[in-house]
Amino acid sequence: MSNNRRAVLSFSVMGLMLVIVGFGQSWNVALAILNLCLISAVMSMGLNMQWGYAGLFNAGVMASTAIGGLTAMLISYAPVSRAWSVGGTNVFATLLSLLLTVAAAMLVWKKMAKGKKRSWSMSAVIMTGYLFMRFFYEQATSAIEAVDPAKTGFLGGLGLPIIVSWLAGGLAAAALAWLIGRIALGLRSDYFAIATLGISEIMISILKNEDWLSRGVKNVTGLSRPVPYEVDLQQSEWFSKLVQWIYGSAEDGSALSADMMREAMQLSAGVFVKLCYTVLFLAVVLIILGFATRALNSPWGRMMRAIRDNETAAAAMGKDVTSRHRQVFIIGSAVIGISGAMLTTLDGQFTPGSYIPLRFTFLIWVMVIIGGSGNNLGAIIGAFITWFVWIEAEPSALWLVSQINVFLEESNPLRQHLQEVAPHMRMVLMGLILVLVLRFKPKGILPEEAPDHY
Amino acid sequence: MTYLTGEKLTGGYGGADIIKDCTIAVNQGEIAVVVGPNGAGKSTAMKALLGMLNLREGRVLLDGQDISKLSPQQRVAKGMAFVPQNNNVFVTMTVEENLEMGAFLRRDDITETMEQVYELFPILKTKRRQVAGELSGGQRQQVAVGRALMTSPTVLMLDEPTAGVSPIVMDELFDRIIEIKRTGIAILMVEQNARQALNIADQGFVLVTGENRFTDTGEVLLANEEVRKSFLGG
Amino acid sequence: MLEYSTELLNALVLITNYVLIPAISYGSQLALGAVGVTLVFGILRFANFAHGEMMAFGCMATIFITWWFQSLGISGGVFPTALLALPFAILVTALLAVAIDRSIFSFYRIHKSRPVTFVVASVGVMFMLNGLVRILIGTDEIIFRDGHKFLIKAGAFKKMTGLSEGLALKQTQVLTFVLAVIAVLALFWFLQRTRTGKAMRAFSDNEDLALLSGINPERVVLVTWIIAASLATLAGVLYGLDKSFKPMVYFHLLLPIFAAAIVGGIGQPLGAIIGGYVVAFSEITATYAFKKFLKYLAPADLAPEGLTQFLTAEYKFAVSFLILVLVLLIRPTGILRGRVL
Repeated sequence: MSNNRRAVLSFSVMGLMLVIVGFGQSWNVALAILNLCLISAVMSMGLNMQWGYAGLFNAGVMASTAIGGLTAMLISYAPVSRAWSVGGTNVFATLLSLLLTVAAAMLVWKKMAKGKKRSWSMSAVIMTGYLFMRFFYEQATSAIEAVDPAKTGFLGGLGLPIIVSWLAGGLAAAALAWLIGRIALGLRSDYFAIATLGISEIMISILKNEDWLSRGVKNVTGLSRPVPYEVDLQQSEWFSKLVQWIYGSAEDGSALSADMMREAMQLSAGVFVKLCYTVLFLAVVLIILGFATRALNSPWGRMMRAIRDNETAAAAMGKDVTSRHRQVFIIGSAVIGISGAMLTTLDGQFTPGSYIPLRFTFLIWVMVIIGGSGNNLGAIIGAFITWFVWIEAEPSALWLVSQINVFLEESNPLRQHLQEVAPHMRMVLMGLILVLVLRFKPKGILPEEAPDHY
Repeated sequence: MTYLTGEKLTGGYGGADIIKDCTIAVNQGEIAVVVGPNGAGKSTAMKALLGMLNLREGRVLLDGQDISKLSPQQRVAKGMAFVPQNNNVFVTMTVEENLEMGAFLRRDDITETMEQVYELFPILKTKRRQVAGELSGGQRQQVAVGRALMTSPTVLMLDEPTAGVSPIVMDELFDRIIEIKRTGIAILMVEQNARQALNIADQGFVLVTGENRFTDTGEVLLANEEVRKSFLGG
Repeated sequence: MLEYSTELLNALVLITNYVLIPAISYGSQLALGAVGVTLVFGILRFANFAHGEMMAFGCMATIFITWWFQSLGISGGVFPTALLALPFAILVTALLAVAIDRSIFSFYRIHKSRPVTFVVASVGVMFMLNGLVRILIGTDEIIFRDGHKFLIKAGAFKKMTGLSEGLALKQTQVLTFVLAVIAVLALFWFLQRTRTGKAMRAFSDNEDLALLSGINPERVVLVTWIIAASLATLAGVLYGLDKSFKPMVYFHLLLPIFAAAIVGGIGQPLGAIIGGYVVAFSEITATYAFKKFLKYLAPADLAPEGLTQFLTAEYKFAVSFLILVLVLLIRPTGILRGRVL
C-alpha cells in the first residue's frame, strides 16, 4: 500500500472513530477529543522535527509546552498594577543585577588568563551578584506575593488578546531552546536526553514555586478566550435563530417547546464554541504542516536527514552538525511552545501542577514513534491515535471493571480497588503500544518517505 | 592437506565483494603471512576465516572439517585464536585478568598455560597486577597475544601485530612468534611490514584487490623480482 | 570559652542531624540506584529510563510480601518486617527484569539496533511498569515500616548531652547505610573475584574481544539484569522505608540517579557510588537553611537575618542538574574516567 493511500485510510478510520464517539457518547466529547488531538498534532510535529528529521532525543518536551502555557497566561492576563507598584522596582533591580552579573562574569572569563585566579574571580563575581539578586528578589517577591494573595499575589500579565500568545509562546519556547541548546547540544544522545529531562523538571519547579510569576500551584484561572463564551451565545439572537434553523420545527409544525429549545441551545453553544477552537487549531496545524513539509523536502531537510543518518560522515563533509542541531532544536521547540500556548488557551487556565513528564514528554514520544518518525502526516496521525486511545482508555477500562465487578460482592475491597485503579490501565496500554510498534512496525504507521536523491 | 584452509573465499560486509576467489592456508608448526597493498582485503580475508564475514562462496576447513557454518565463538572453541589489530586488550583489567579472560572457555586448570605465557613474555609476569590500559604499546601487544594463547589454540591468527610499534619491539615480537610456532601451532598473520614478515614466513600470500596474486614460500617471494618491486619497495 | 565550645557542639549536632545523616542515607539510596544504571549502561550500552519504575516495582513487591508476612504473624521483631520480605521481592523483580529483557530488549540486541532504540523501548517499559504498579497497589502513600523507629531520639539526646540541639537517628537510616555497604561489598567481590563477574567487566570493557574470548553475551546480560533489579529493589525499599512509598517519587529519582552515574563515570560502579553521595550531599547542603547553624557560630550581632539557604527545597532537581552539567562541561568522563557516551 502506498503511503498516500495509507494516509487517507488512517485519517478516514480516525474520523470514523470520532464520529462514532459523537453518536455514541456526545458531540461535545468528540469535539473535545478532536481539539486535543489537533493540539497534540502540533506537539508531535514539533518533536518529529527534532527526532524524525535530526535524531535528537529530546526528553524535555514538557519544558516547551510549559513555557508556551506560561506565555499564554502572561500575555492574556491583565496586569496587577498594585503588585507592580509594590514590587516592580525590585523586580527590575533583580533583573539588572542578573544582567550585570552575567556581563561581569563574561568579562572576567574573556579578559583574564585561564587558571586558578580566573576561577576564583569568577566565583567571587557570581557570589556577589547572587547576593545582590537574592536581596532584591526577596524584597520583590514578598511584596508581590502579599498583594491580595487569594486572588492575585503575582505580577499578572500584559492583558493582550490570548491568541497573540500562540506566536509569543513559540518565540518564548525558541528562546528557552536556544538556552538549553547552549548547555546540552553537542552532547551525545543519552546525555542530551538526560540533560533535557533535567531542564524540564527545573522548568516545572520554577513554575510551581515562583508565585510572583505564575501564582504557582494556586493556578491562574479565568483566562480570556479567542472565541465566544457559551453564556453569551445562548443569549444572542442570531445564535438562537441558527439553532432554530438547524433543529427546524417540531413534527407537528409548531415551534420547539421552551424546554427543548433551552436544551438545544445549551448543547449547540458547547458544540459551537468547540467548533470555533477546532477551526483555529486546524488552521495552525495546516500552516505548520505546510512549512514542515516544505522544509523536510528542501535541501535543508535533506541535509538534516543526512546528518541524522551519519553524523560522522556529515561532519567530515564540512557540515556544522551542532549548529544544524541547534537550528532544528529551536524550531521544533518553538512549534511545541505554540501547542503549549494553544493548550492553555483551550483550558482557559494555567495550572503548573498539571505538567507531568509522562503526559507532556513521553506521551508525545509515543505519538511520534507510532505515527512514523520523519513523516509529518505520520506525526499527526500518531497524535490523533495516541490521544484518542489515551482518553478513551479510561472509560473503556472503567467499563471493563464494571463488568468484572458484577461478579464481586458490594463489600469486596477488590471491587473498590479496581474502580480506583482502572484509569491507570492506559499507562500500561500506552507502553504496550509503544513497545509493539517499535518491535513490529519500527517505521510507524506512515513510514518516512525515502528522499528523492537516493 | 593443510591444517587450516580458506578455499576460494568470496564475500564482503553486505555490500560489494571485498575478497574474490581468495585461497589462504596454513600448516601446523608453520607461519603463513598475508601481505599486499592497502585495501587489498588482507584483514578481510582473515576475518573470513574466523567467520566474521558473509561468505558468498568458498569454504573454510579446519583439520579437514568444514567449519564454514560455525560462528566466530564456535570457531574459537574449536581452537582458533585471533588477535585483532585494535582494541585487543581489556584496558580496565589487569594483565592477569586479561589472560584469565582469554581462557574463559576452559574449565580445566589454566595455571600451566599462564606460566607458559609468562615464560614467553617475562615482562608480563612482573606487570601481572597492572591494568593493561597503563602498559606501553609493545607490552599491550604481548598481552593481546598472550590472551589469545590462553585457549591453548591450534591456530593463532594475528591482524597486523606490529602496527604502531617500534622496529626493536617488532623484531622482538617476531622472535616470540617464531617461538610460538615451534610449539606446533599454526600461525597466520596479516602484515603491513611485508619484508620482515616474509623473512620469518614459511608460506606467503600476496593479495591484490581481494585476489591471490602470488603464493609461495616466504623465501621465493622475497627473491621474486616483481614482488620486490611492487610490494616490498624495491 | 566553654560557652563557645557548647555553641560549636550545638552547631555540629545541628548539621549532623539535618545534613550529614540525611545525606548519607539518601546518598546510599541514590548510589544503589546509580550502580544499577551504570551496570546496565556498561553492558547493554543504553540509559535505562525504566530504572526508577523498577525501583517502584521492587518496593511494591516488598510491601505486598510484608503485608502477607504480617497477616501470617511473621514479623522482623525490632527490625522492619520488610527486610524479611526483601529477598523474595528481589526474586520477583529480578524475574520481571529478565522477562522484560527477553521479551523486549533482546530483540534489539540480536538486530544490533542503535542505542537510542533501546532508550525508546525503555520508555515503553517505563510506561508499563508505571501503570502496573499503580494498578496493583494504587497511588496512595504507604508507610510499611515497623519495628523500632529510632535508635537515638532527639529528646533523649538532649537530656543525655545537655545540648540544646537534638540528634535523632532513625533505625532506617542506619539500616540503609549498613545494607548499602553490604550490597556494594558483595557486588565488588562478585565483579573482582568471580568468573562471571570478571566476564561482566570484560564485556563492559570491550564487547568484541569478550565475544572472541568465548564469553557468552546472553549470560552476561542475564546476570546484569538480575543484579540491576536486585539493587533497584534494595534502593527502592530503603527509600520507601526511610520516607514512605509513593509510586510517583521514583520517576523523579531518575534524574539524581542518572546524575550520580554520569558524575561517577559511566560504566564505573565505584564511580556511581561516589556520584550518589556527591549528588545527595550537594542537594541537601544547597537546600538546607543555615540560619540556625550560623547563629551558633557567629557572634549574636553578626547572625544572618535571612534563612541563608541557597535554594528552596523544591529546587533540588536543579542541584542534580547543575552537577550534571558541570561534570559534562569540565570532565565528561566523570570522576573515575568512565566511558564517554
